[in-house]
Amino acid sequence: MPSNNYEYYLLLPQIILGVGIILSIVIEITTKKSEEILPWFSALIFLFTGIYSLMNIDKNFLLFGGMVEVGGKASIFNFIFNIGAFLTILASTDYIKKYGIYYGEYYILIQSSVLGMMVMAMAHDILIIFIGLELMSICFYVLAGISRKRFSNNEASLKYFLLGSFATGFIVYGIALIYGSTGSTSIQIIFENFTQYISNILFVVGMLLFFVGFSFKIAAVPFHMWVPDVYQGSPTSISGLMSTTGKAAAFSVLLIMLGSSLVYSSPIVFRNYFAVIALLSTIVGSIVAIAQTNLKRMLAYSSIAHAGYMAIGLAAGNKYSFAGIIFYLAAYVFMNIGAFTVISLIEGENETRLDLDSYAGLHSKNPFLAAMMSLFMFALAGIPPMAGFFGKYYVFFGAIQEDLTWLAIIGVLSSVISVYFYLRVVVYIYFMNAKESFEIQKSFGSNLAIAISGLIVLFLGFFPDTLLNLIVSVIK
Amino acid sequence: MMTNEILTYLLLIPILGSVLVLFFKNEQVKLIRWFGLVVSLIAFLISLIAYQKFDSSNSAFQLTHQIVWIKSLNVSYFVGVDGISLILVLLTTFITPLTFLSTWKAIEKNVRMFTFSLLFLEAGMIGVFISLDVFLFYIFWEAMLIPMYFIIGIWGGERRIYAAVKFFIFTMFGSLLMLVAIIWLAVYSSNINGFFTTNLIELYKVGPTIPAQIQAWMFGAFFLSFAIKVPIFPLHTWLPDAHVEAPTAGSVILAGVLLKMGTYGLVRFCLPLFPQSAIHYAPIISVLAIIGIIYGALVSMVQTDMKKLVAYSSVSHLGFVVLGIFAMTVESMQGAVIQMINHGLSTGALFLLVGVVYERTHKREIAFYGGIAKLVPLYSTALMIAMLSSVGLPGLNGFIGEFLILIGSFKSPVLNSFWFTAFAATGVIFAAVYLLWMYQRVVFGKVTNPELEHELTDLNAREFIVLIPIFIFIVWIGIYPSTFLNMTEVSVKSILQQISQTSVNILK
Repeated sequence: MPSNNYEYYLLLPQIILGVGIILSIVIEITTKKSEEILPWFSALIFLFTGIYSLMNIDKNFLLFGGMVEVGGKASIFNFIFNIGAFLTILASTDYIKKYGIYYGEYYILIQSSVLGMMVMAMAHDILIIFIGLELMSICFYVLAGISRKRFSNNEASLKYFLLGSFATGFIVYGIALIYGSTGSTSIQIIFENFTQYISNILFVVGMLLFFVGFSFKIAAVPFHMWVPDVYQGSPTSISGLMSTTGKAAAFSVLLIMLGSSLVYSSPIVFRNYFAVIALLSTIVGSIVAIAQTNLKRMLAYSSIAHAGYMAIGLAAGNKYSFAGIIFYLAAYVFMNIGAFTVISLIEGENETRLDLDSYAGLHSKNPFLAAMMSLFMFALAGIPPMAGFFGKYYVFFGAIQEDLTWLAIIGVLSSVISVYFYLRVVVYIYFMNAKESFEIQKSFGSNLAIAISGLIVLFLGFFPDTLLNLIVSVIK
Repeated sequence: MMTNEILTYLLLIPILGSVLVLFFKNEQVKLIRWFGLVVSLIAFLISLIAYQKFDSSNSAFQLTHQIVWIKSLNVSYFVGVDGISLILVLLTTFITPLTFLSTWKAIEKNVRMFTFSLLFLEAGMIGVFISLDVFLFYIFWEAMLIPMYFIIGIWGGERRIYAAVKFFIFTMFGSLLMLVAIIWLAVYSSNINGFFTTNLIELYKVGPTIPAQIQAWMFGAFFLSFAIKVPIFPLHTWLPDAHVEAPTAGSVILAGVLLKMGTYGLVRFCLPLFPQSAIHYAPIISVLAIIGIIYGALVSMVQTDMKKLVAYSSVSHLGFVVLGIFAMTVESMQGAVIQMINHGLSTGALFLLVGVVYERTHKREIAFYGGIAKLVPLYSTALMIAMLSSVGLPGLNGFIGEFLILIGSFKSPVLNSFWFTAFAATGVIFAAVYLLWMYQRVVFGKVTNPELEHELTDLNAREFIVLIPIFIFIVWIGIYPSTFLNMTEVSVKSILQQISQTSVNILK
C-alpha cells in the first residue's frame, strides 16, 4: 500500500484543469473572441495534463488521509481521459459550427466532465467516487442535449438523465448499505476487513448494487437501454467522448473496487455477476448491431459489445486481465473517437447522412477518410496487427488463466459476429459506387484528430509493449 | 543457432514495397505495375539466396532470427525455415511476380491499391510460412485476410461482396477459436515450465504432455482453423464462391498459396503439437479427405463454368494432400508436400488460362466455347499441359505427388486399411474424366460459336512469359522430383520422428 505523504504536486493535473475551467468561464464572459480562444485553450490544457500525468506514472501516494490515491493507475487513466478529450476538442472545432452548437459552454462542460473522471480515477474513498461520478454525469447530461432546439438532443438528454439518475440511485443505495455494514467509506478499511464483512449479506448486496449502478455507466447488458438512443441523439463528437472516456472512467472505479484479490477469493458471487453481464453484453451487442443501418447507432451497440469484452476481464480479475482492460480502454479511445470523427465529417446538416448508404463509394471521394475509417473498423473488429486486437488478446489471456475458457470462447464467437457489421462499413466504402453526391466537410482539426488516432492505433498494434509495460508496472 | 537476417529481409521487402507504392500517383499506372513486379522479383531473388544458404541435411530450423517483441507475454519475433516451409516460401515468391504479370491488362481500376494489396498479401503469406512463434503466426494468418478481402471485393465479379465477406467470416471463425487454443497453450506452458511461451520449439515439448481429453479440444481448435482454410469437406463452401468471384490474380494466389497455408498448418502445428490426438483422429479426418476427393471430383464434373470446375477440382486435389498428411508415413507426407507445390503450379496455370480467354471474351461457360484448337493452337497446347499435369499424367508433376500419397497411405500403420487408398485412387480417375471432358468440349470439334472467331486471339508474349516458368517446373518435378523431395525429406522425417516419440507402439 502506498504511504501517506505530502506530494501534492501530483494533484497538479486536477488543479490545472480546475483553474482552467474557471479561466474558461472568465474568457467566455469577457471576450468576444472566446469562440476562437477556447478550443485551443482547452486542447492545450488537456495535452499538458495528459502528458504530465504520464510522466508521473512511477509515483504512487495516498493523499488527504487516504481519501485519494495519486500517480500509478490513476495517472494512466488521467492520460486516457485527457488524450480522449484532446482528440474530441480537435474534432469538434469545425463540427460544432456545422451542428449549430457554437457555445462556450461546450468546452467548459467537457473540461468539467474530464475533471470528474479524474476524480473518479484517483478516488480511494467511496464518497470521492460519488462526487467524481456526479460531476462527470451531470456534464454529460447537459452535453447530450446541448443543442436545445433539436428534438433528438432533447430526447437523448432526457433519457440519459432519467435513466442515469436511476443508476445513481442504485449506487447511492449500495453505498448506504456498504457504509451501514462496515461503518466506513474508506476503500482501504473495507479491503482490510473484507473477509469479515463478506459474511454480512447487507454488505454483499451493497457491493452488488454498486456494481449494478456502474454496469449502467459502462453500458453493459441488461443496463444498456439508454445507450443506442443517447449515442444516436447526441452530437457526434459528444457520442465519441461519452462512449470512450466515460466508459473508461466507470471502469477505473470498477478496477478500484475490485482492486483486492479478496474480492475474487471469498464469495463467487461477484465473479459470476461480471461473467454474466460480459456474456450478455458481447452477444446482445454484436447481434443487435447487425440490424443497424445508422452508423452512430451501430457504434452504440458495438460499444455495448466492447463493454462486454472488457467485463470478461473483470470476471477474470487477475493482473493480466486488469492490464488488458486498461490497454483495451486506451485502444478503444483512439479507435472509437477516430470512427466518430469520420462520421462527424460525413454527417450533413440536420443529422443527415448518418446511414451506411452515405458511405458508398467513399474511397473515390476521399481516399484518406476511407482508409482511416476502414482502419478503425478493422481495429474495432479486433484484427491484428491493430490495437484493438491486443486489447482483446490480453483480456482473453486473463480469462483463460482463471479457467474461464468458456467465457473467452463466447468472446471470440461474438467477435466473429461483430466482424460482419464492421466489415459492412468497409464494403460500402470500397466495394460500392457512390449513391449520392455531397461535399465532405473540410476540417483541419478533425483530420488531424483522425490521423493521430489512426497512427496510434497502428503503433499500439505493432508495439503493444510500449503501453502495456507501463500499465503492468502500475498494477499491483 | 546462428542468427541470420535473410528471412527478415525477405519479409521486409514486400512490406516496404507496399508502403512505398502508396506514394505514387494513381495515374502512374505503368510505373506502379513495374514497381510491383520488380519488388516481387527482388523478393524472389532473396528467397533464392535463402535457398542457397539452406542445408537440407539438417533437420533443425535454419536461418533463424529472433527478437523479443512483447516482453510481458514472452512473445518474440522468431522466424526460421525447415525444408517444408522453405519450399512453400519459394512457391509464394515464385507465384507472386507471375500474378503481377498476369494482371498487366486485367486490372485497370485503382492499380495502386491492387499493387499495395498484393505486396501486403505476399508479406503475410511469407510470414505465415516462416513464423516459429505461434502468436506471430496468428498475426500473419489474420493480417493477410485484409488484402485478400480487398482483392476479391474490389476487383472481383458480380457477387464479389458476398464472396469476400463469406471468405473473411469463415476464416475468422476458425482462427479465433485457434486463438483461444494458442492462449490456452501459453498458459498451460506457464504451469509446466513456469513461464509463458508461444515459442513453437518450446511448445513442441509441452504439447504432447497435455492430458488426452483437453488435447483433443486443442487439436480440434487448431484443426478447425486449418480445415476451413484447406478446405476440408464439409467446410469448403466458401471456396467456390471466393474462387469464382475473385479476379484471375486473386484465384491464382488463392489456389497457389493461400490454401497451402491450411495444409502447412496441419503439418507444422496440428501433428507435432498434438500427436496423440492427431493419430487418434487420423482415420476420421482421412475419411473426410476422401469424401472431399470424390465429392470435389463429382461436383467438378457437372460444372458448366470453367472457373468453377477448376475451383471444385481444388477441393479434390487438396483432399489428397490431407490424406497424405494424416497417413503419417514418410512417403505420404513427402507426397503431400510435393502435391501442395503441384497444386499451386497446375491449378495456378489453369486459372491463368481460364483468365486468358475470359479477358478476351468475358465468358467462362464451357458451352460458349468449342473447337478453339483451330483458332488458338498455342493456347490449346498450354491448356493441355496444365490440364494433364492436374490429371496426374506420368512424366508431369501431378503424378509424383498423387503416387507417393497413394503408396504412403496404403502402407500407413495409422490408417491400417487399404480401403482408404482404394477410394482415394478413384479420385485420380474422376480427375481425368472431368478435365479431359472439359478439354474436349472447349478445344476439339468444330468452331461452334462464330463470335469466337473475332474475339479470341492466341497467347501473347506476356502471357507466354507468365506460363513458361510454371511449365518448366511442371516438367521438372515430373521428370526429376529428387531436387524437391531431397529438400523436404529430412524435415518430414523429423516431424514424423516427433510424433512417433510420443506414441512408439503405433508408428514404426
